[in-house]
Amino acid sequence: MKRLLPALLFLGAFFFLPLARILALGLNPGFLGLLRGSFGAHLLEVLRFTLFQAFVSTVLTLLVGLPLAAVFARYRFPFQSALRTLTAIPFLLPTVVVAAGFNALLGPRGWLNVALNQLGLPPVTFVGTLAAILTAHVFYNTGIVIRIVGAAWSALDPRLEQAARSLGAASFQVFWRVTLPLLRPAILTAGLLVFLFDFTSYGVILMLGGPRFATLEVEIYLQAMHLLNLPAASVLALTQLACTLGLSVLYSRSLNRLSAPVKPVERPRERPQTLRQRAFVFLVSTFVLFFFLLPMLALPLRSVARLEPARGQRSEIAPSLTLDYYRELFVNRRGSVFYVPPITAARNSLAYASLTVLFSLAMGFPAALALSRSNKIARLIDPLLILPLGASAVTLGLGYIVTFNRPLLSLSPAFHSLLSTPLLTSPLLVPLAHTTIALPFVIRNLQSALATIPPRYREAAAVLGATPWQVWWHIDRPMIARAIVSSGAFAFTVSLGEFGAASLLARPEYPTLPTAIFRFLSQPGSLNYGQAMAMATLLMLLTGFFIWLIERGRAANAL
Amino acid sequence: MKRIFTPASLFVLLALLLAACVAPTPVATEAAPSASPAAPRTLTVMSHDSFNVSEEVIAQFEQANNVKVAFLEAGDTGAALNKAILAKDAPLADVFFGVDNTFLSRALEAGIFEPYNSPLLAEIPAEFRLDPQNRALPVDYGDVCINYHKAWFAQKGLPVPTSLDDLLKPEYKGLLVVENPATSSPGLAFLLATIAKYGDPGYLDYWKALRENGVVVVDGWETAYYTNFSASSGKGPQPMVVSYATSPAAEVIFAAEPLTEAPTASIFDGCFRQIEFVGILKGTPNRDLAEKFVDLMLSVPFQEDIPLQMFVYPVNPAAKLPEDFVKYAQTAPNPATLPPEQIAANREKWIEAWTQTVLR
Repeated sequence: MKRLLPALLFLGAFFFLPLARILALGLNPGFLGLLRGSFGAHLLEVLRFTLFQAFVSTVLTLLVGLPLAAVFARYRFPFQSALRTLTAIPFLLPTVVVAAGFNALLGPRGWLNVALNQLGLPPVTFVGTLAAILTAHVFYNTGIVIRIVGAAWSALDPRLEQAARSLGAASFQVFWRVTLPLLRPAILTAGLLVFLFDFTSYGVILMLGGPRFATLEVEIYLQAMHLLNLPAASVLALTQLACTLGLSVLYSRSLNRLSAPVKPVERPRERPQTLRQRAFVFLVSTFVLFFFLLPMLALPLRSVARLEPARGQRSEIAPSLTLDYYRELFVNRRGSVFYVPPITAARNSLAYASLTVLFSLAMGFPAALALSRSNKIARLIDPLLILPLGASAVTLGLGYIVTFNRPLLSLSPAFHSLLSTPLLTSPLLVPLAHTTIALPFVIRNLQSALATIPPRYREAAAVLGATPWQVWWHIDRPMIARAIVSSGAFAFTVSLGEFGAASLLARPEYPTLPTAIFRFLSQPGSLNYGQAMAMATLLMLLTGFFIWLIERGRAANAL
Repeated sequence: MKRIFTPASLFVLLALLLAACVAPTPVATEAAPSASPAAPRTLTVMSHDSFNVSEEVIAQFEQANNVKVAFLEAGDTGAALNKAILAKDAPLADVFFGVDNTFLSRALEAGIFEPYNSPLLAEIPAEFRLDPQNRALPVDYGDVCINYHKAWFAQKGLPVPTSLDDLLKPEYKGLLVVENPATSSPGLAFLLATIAKYGDPGYLDYWKALRENGVVVVDGWETAYYTNFSASSGKGPQPMVVSYATSPAAEVIFAAEPLTEAPTASIFDGCFRQIEFVGILKGTPNRDLAEKFVDLMLSVPFQEDIPLQMFVYPVNPAAKLPEDFVKYAQTAPNPATLPPEQIAANREKWIEAWTQTVLR
């Protein structure tokens, strides 16, 4: 229990206390008045749009994802594992990178419009439309459908389909009558998870949707940061929290149902044989290649291409390759958006991410140890660890704003200097928020790694005279080293790309990479645009490196 | 290879990273006022993104007062102000510049400023001094107006609209880009101009009609001007934009090749006068320097620097305007205004109703 204390105290102070403040603000007597007024209609409108876009996005993601899942689950073809990895990468990319990628491809200064402009054709408006939001959501979440439905598909007993076929069913009938019903739990599970992610979408809506579209997340940010209406933001946050918790419960129920499939078998994947199958596989892999690779390629290419004159420079310039946008990151211009060189944002992000790793491992490891040793405690504590997963990053940011904008305690003069400065203005607030987001994952990950160590190993070592510390060093440590690395890398990646909480909490003079990219993207002018592209490319590469670390850890755990 | 990523080495790596990424220099607002003259103190000036000033003016101030001035640009007018308000118990800076008459009441009600009766206020006309307690001191003013791209209209042979009513005509469908008043101060100013002209709730009917006529809404002035406006480097699709009556002068002064005529001009119906204020943030440990900086902003050298840096007019009538500015910049003949108390009482309600009418 002692080992759990740091993690529980931390979540108490940095999750449950802010949540309680939001509850107090949102549910005070003004609440009903707010709902009865015009704000109530406004809230319904926002909720309606949030549900609508999440539903359409989910349906589209399933429509795109199901054929892909089928192809990956049933056939063997060249470059299969590379293409499969390609579909999984977007899910792990920061939203600002995805938004910058689509902007580089289809935005007003993107490749497509540059090309159209060269040909003398009218530009295509993509950024600022519902289509942009939906496309980005499909890009993001198709990997989930492939993973969940694909796993179920490859575990289907092929004899069921063969039996139907030998009884005279056409292949369409087989799919409709046999395959689809068997896959339904997996599709439902994947759909719920995708819906949950789309429901809480924030960066994509803000950066690709433009002012016309506001989900609950975006509206919380607008009410808090632009209209300074904290009670209204709290009401929105509570609505959001209720919805995500409901969805999470539905999701975990359907996940439990999923784990009891019809007699799983390892179904061998076959080479596509008929012409139709080959055409299908070819079409799907070409689609995967273009849809998933283009935005990720457009971004780094756009960051080294000068295609238009700088602001105020009216003359035409020859398109050329340039590293200026990267060089400019190191220059401190007084008149620029920040009064620090933009590269400082990268340093801040790395520092914050390192702190997040330190905090979450330091508190997560003892907690995981305690949880893995006692089932009773684990069952008791589990819900406390799950709840933070349900709260969105923007809600967390709002919670910090309404909690830490005043001194925490002003009781004893001895603590005066320490606690009387409101935490809100401390640059530590961002890594603390990121730790709150990462901690539950880190505990889960370490807990499951610890659970895989047979207790007999430890007992044997103890019998042979090892001290507890030696047992830990020689038995536990080597076996969970990989899990620690992958948990640490996970916490690092979460912090590096996190935009929701940072957009509310990052102090203007301590920008993080995502908040800096957002600022640059919303301040057009070719230099700012180029710098946004350069920073997003940096962030993408950094994230890629840490994803690779996570995957290494996972591969080793599976062995 | 297998042993590279042991936890120990991970922590070493992290420690190295941390060491390499020591948090950037914090804003030295804490610097003791009694610091020796050899070590310059730092004065932090928080502002919106459009703030600009000549290096020389600041360098002179820095030298004369043995101080380093740091500028903290914190977003659009509204966002910057909100950040200052949310952090008022531990101010992010010593001086805040850039709250305008549309947001003035929010700043004053939140109590983020300390009063300062600058001696220079005597030089400033009373019409600009909206806060009798002098917590917010006027610095500059300018008119938010619709700008149009002259060449675009000439090429299409389309007459330039002369009034807000004209914008509802079918031939101007989809030609105007405006800023979201919830996130942009010129956007809010333009909304107030329509309220001044059509009244409440008449302005909503106007906006409904404008929406039907394809008005484009973006989040901020930068996007509207540099991405959507056809006369800017972005060569966007809309030939009309909500901007400033002084923007045409900026087009001439910043042009790569010398121009004799501005490529853009303003439509003088539906203009709104914005006045920008500076204030000393409550609780600053550098009150003496903050006062000096506010004095600087109201003094003639800074006031004469304003037109070509921020493209607005100085409030100090003693400041001489640059020649190009006089030639190409304009103020609206009859800009709309609304009483500050009316704005204070209705701002959020108007923005919300506008959002419902135009965006949803």
